[in-house]
Amino acid sequence: MVDHKECSLLDEHIASNQRKVSLTCVVNGVEICDTIDPTMTLLHFLRDRLKLFGTKESCGEGECGACTVIMNGKAVTSCIILAIEADGAEILTVEGLAKDGRISILQEEFISEDALQCGFCTPGFLMSTRALLDRNPDPSEEEIKEALAGNLCRCTGYLPILKAVKKAAERERKELK
Amino acid sequence: MDHSNYQTDYKHVGQPYSRKDAQKKVTGQAQYAIDLDLPGMLYGKWLLSPHARAKILSIDTSAAKALPGVKAVITGEETDILVGLYMQDKLAMAKGETRYQGEVVAAVAAVDLQTAEKAISLIKVDYEPLKPVLDVDEALDGDILVHEDINELKHVEGVFFPQKDSNIASLNKAKRGDVDKALQEADIVVESEFSLPAVAHAPMETHVTIVQADPYSNRIVVWSSAQSPFALRQMLAHSFKISESDIEVNIPFVGGAFGGKAGIHLEPLATLLSKAANGAPVKLIPTREEEFNQLPTRAGMRGHIITGAKKDGKITAVKVVYDWDSGAYADYGVNVGKTAVYSGIGPYDIENAAVVSKTIYTNKVFSTAYRGFGHLETHWTIERQMDIISQKLGIDPLDLRMKNLLEPGSRTISGELISESSGSVKDCLAAVVKEIGWTGRKTEEERRKEWATGKVRGKGFAVLQKAPAMPANTSTSVIMQMTGDGRVKMMIGAIDYGQGANTTMAQIAAQELDLPIDRVEVVENLSTQTNPYDWNTVASKYTFMGGNAVIRASRDMLRQMKDIAAQVLHSTADHLAHGGGYIYHIHNPERRIAYEQLALGYQYPDGSGIGGPLISHGVYMADGLTNLDHETGQGKPALVWTFGAHAVDLEVDVETGSITILKVASAFDIGQVINEKLIYGQICGGVLQGLGSAILEGYKFSPDNRLLNPSFTDNKIPTMKDMPIEVVPIYIENPQKNGPYGARGVGEHPMISVPSAVGNAVYDALGINFHVLPLSPEAIVLGILSGKESILCTDVNCLPGCY
Ligand code: FES
Ligand code: FES
Repeated sequence: MVDHKECSLLDEHIASNQRKVSLTCVVNGVEICDTIDPTMTLLHFLRDRLKLFGTKESCGEGECGACTVIMNGKAVTSCIILAIEADGAEILTVEGLAKDGRISILQEEFISEDALQCGFCTPGFLMSTRALLDRNPDPSEEEIKEALAGNLCRCTGYLPILKAVKKAAERERKELK
Repeated sequence: MDHSNYQTDYKHVGQPYSRKDAQKKVTGQAQYAIDLDLPGMLYGKWLLSPHARAKILSIDTSAAKALPGVKAVITGEETDILVGLYMQDKLAMAKGETRYQGEVVAAVAAVDLQTAEKAISLIKVDYEPLKPVLDVDEALDGDILVHEDINELKHVEGVFFPQKDSNIASLNKAKRGDVDKALQEADIVVESEFSLPAVAHAPMETHVTIVQADPYSNRIVVWSSAQSPFALRQMLAHSFKISESDIEVNIPFVGGAFGGKAGIHLEPLATLLSKAANGAPVKLIPTREEEFNQLPTRAGMRGHIITGAKKDGKITAVKVVYDWDSGAYADYGVNVGKTAVYSGIGPYDIENAAVVSKTIYTNKVFSTAYRGFGHLETHWTIERQMDIISQKLGIDPLDLRMKNLLEPGSRTISGELISESSGSVKDCLAAVVKEIGWTGRKTEEERRKEWATGKVRGKGFAVLQKAPAMPANTSTSVIMQMTGDGRVKMMIGAIDYGQGANTTMAQIAAQELDLPIDRVEVVENLSTQTNPYDWNTVASKYTFMGGNAVIRASRDMLRQMKDIAAQVLHSTADHLAHGGGYIYHIHNPERRIAYEQLALGYQYPDGSGIGGPLISHGVYMADGLTNLDHETGQGKPALVWTFGAHAVDLEVDVETGSITILKVASAFDIGQVINEKLIYGQICGGVLQGLGSAILEGYKFSPDNRLLNPSFTDNKIPTMKDMPIEVVPIYIENPQKNGPYGARGVGEHPMISVPSAVGNAVYDALGINFHVLPLSPEAIVLGILSGKESILCTDVNCLPGCY
């Protein structure tokens, strides 16, 4: 039996949540148009609407970096940014790092230096590093630490990550000229 | 030493292969429980007790139930589901009374998370706050009982010993010789107390759980970020009084565990919600705050130690009491307490020893297993005490240790004989002190000179031991199958949550079968429906136990291949050998058959076939272990000891109190390196986690036992800026006779004794003995300002009394 009261209440509830806004952005090179709840975070837009589950949620408070993506060339923690702030923006997530069926140098170095264990923090580290190397192809050790200090990893002890970043930077400078 | 310089004689064992799942993890393809999105899935949320101890007078859920989109609302009143690992002391939801701030009081399932959260905000609970049991001292007074029914609590008998009408969930003890007499006869007696706070595991993925409970049968399907699928299945069956075979547990990729995801956590709650929501799958995603204050932690601990020694440094007696602040429930905490008994004097040969360990209930977030399983805590007591004894005797701490460490022929406190095959803690210690260039402690004079520069260097070291803490009958199993193209797929019972079990096991199989590593695969994402049994993925036991099971499965596979090949080649199996993907005749290697020709059964030229699809299995069951005698602690608890040592070189800024770790040298007698890259990762990660406990981490409670720091902002874990400048791993390889290729486990060990080594190095730098962790900048500065030589308390709130 259909519970009409519940149905109409649910409709009303959904309607009340339906003050929607439209959003246009480019994610991993693909143009996206959507209408969304204005309170939705960029993280949830990527995960729940676009089903890009590579970007992780670990603290939801901007404290761990697991949700880092690149927005207009800058690394941002997507859990504390509203999706609507990305209107008109260009977003890069971990799913956009590999090109033409080949993983990037940065990803290769994370693998070969074993810069990951459980892998949950890895997408965030990759994106913070990508943003760093894009603005500074030859960072010092201090600059790397500064750029990645907002990303937490409980598994690796960071040394393998530091090494992977250094090696990736070196290889990119040589191979991507 | 560059870590990639490791040399191995084997083709696969010892090779630094990259972990098999790495590509999935760097491309975002690896799916974790938090990424699973099932059809019709609801989202759960829960209401937590704001009080450390309170009576629940009434719960009004009517407004929550009326909210559109809410599919189920449940409270503890409606259920009696008991959850308990070793003690049946916990309900899935609080009923009548709450025992810690963070205990679940009510829960809802709704169409989305926002609606669930809204519904929770509409639930009204009337509490009568009660005076909580704040700490172990109050608990031991016993005026208030955290569990008034302690005398009736069901528990694993003969292993755990709850004390009548008390807050002691278990009291375990061990003794050897006559301690009191030996203390009387000692030239020097040193008595100290050391303590450390509760610490969070902080896995990057919280305890995400999804459950679908069929309303028409007993069937329950679980997807969980958990590390012990088979133990979870068993406990869930027990809680719901159904058969284990009614339950399916699926474990996708797991975002860190560290012991905190062993056992059972949110699964019973998710099951209750799914049942109440007519069988829809319900997903529970704890927030970071809930991860801190609802889900279990590492217990706080206080160790009281009295040591007697002769003038020449021979230690003749040690008496230790460990008090564990296990919080409101026993969980794995009681087993940590038990382990502290048989491993409670460290890797030393001391003729007269007595250890008492009490796992104590208080009204705090409860405790569970955490990497090291009590050993970081006990070694904080033992290894700091060794340094203090060496100060008092005026003997170099290296010499003092060397004089007393276990060696072949020594016995442990539980009476176990140490042999050549047990590994050598002395080799580990010798290696690390050499690596940091130890030449003895600083003189006062040297210290004063450096002090003037504002920065003081210090060196220190500490040894460690740990064996898997597990039941005497622990077992594991492996299934191996060959595909038509001669490759191998294995199903194992352990979870690879980043420690690299899948890669290590593939290497051992590749070595045994002589196959390229990329032809051996361990099936990812375990399901209890298909994977064979393993007890728990904990205790650094899997390389040893799983490795042995894989060797057996591989040899069984080879035997089957040779049996068929013998018929085809008109020979006998013992004239056949294997290599390069072939079974061949030992005298005429050209008489051979490729694995792939045997994989699904051999086909003769006339079309007929013999044999059949190749499938083998291997099991390993712990051998020769026994429970411990309750009075004396005698027995055989340790399957395999792994010994180790850390040496630390650090610098203390005497103005700011901050410690810079310049170098950590860490040596472990692991018998045989299986994968150098993965072990290096365990060492780097474990050392930093240990440094977190040493200088940074710790729970802080308010005067009414509310957790004050349930976030990464206030409960910091190390970042890239906190890592040591250099970590030097040293692999000692005295083989374990019954280990796979001689190997021992090392997953937890890198974390153990790091705080002790840091504390000892801080003494070298400052001439101050710290007895309490963490050695935060404030603690160091206040310690310096106090002008005292021993700092017994670093609680800023109890100034000036303590300083
Ligand atoms: S999830 Fe965004 S910073 Fe932690
Ligand atoms: S690899 Fe597990 S948190 Fe970084």
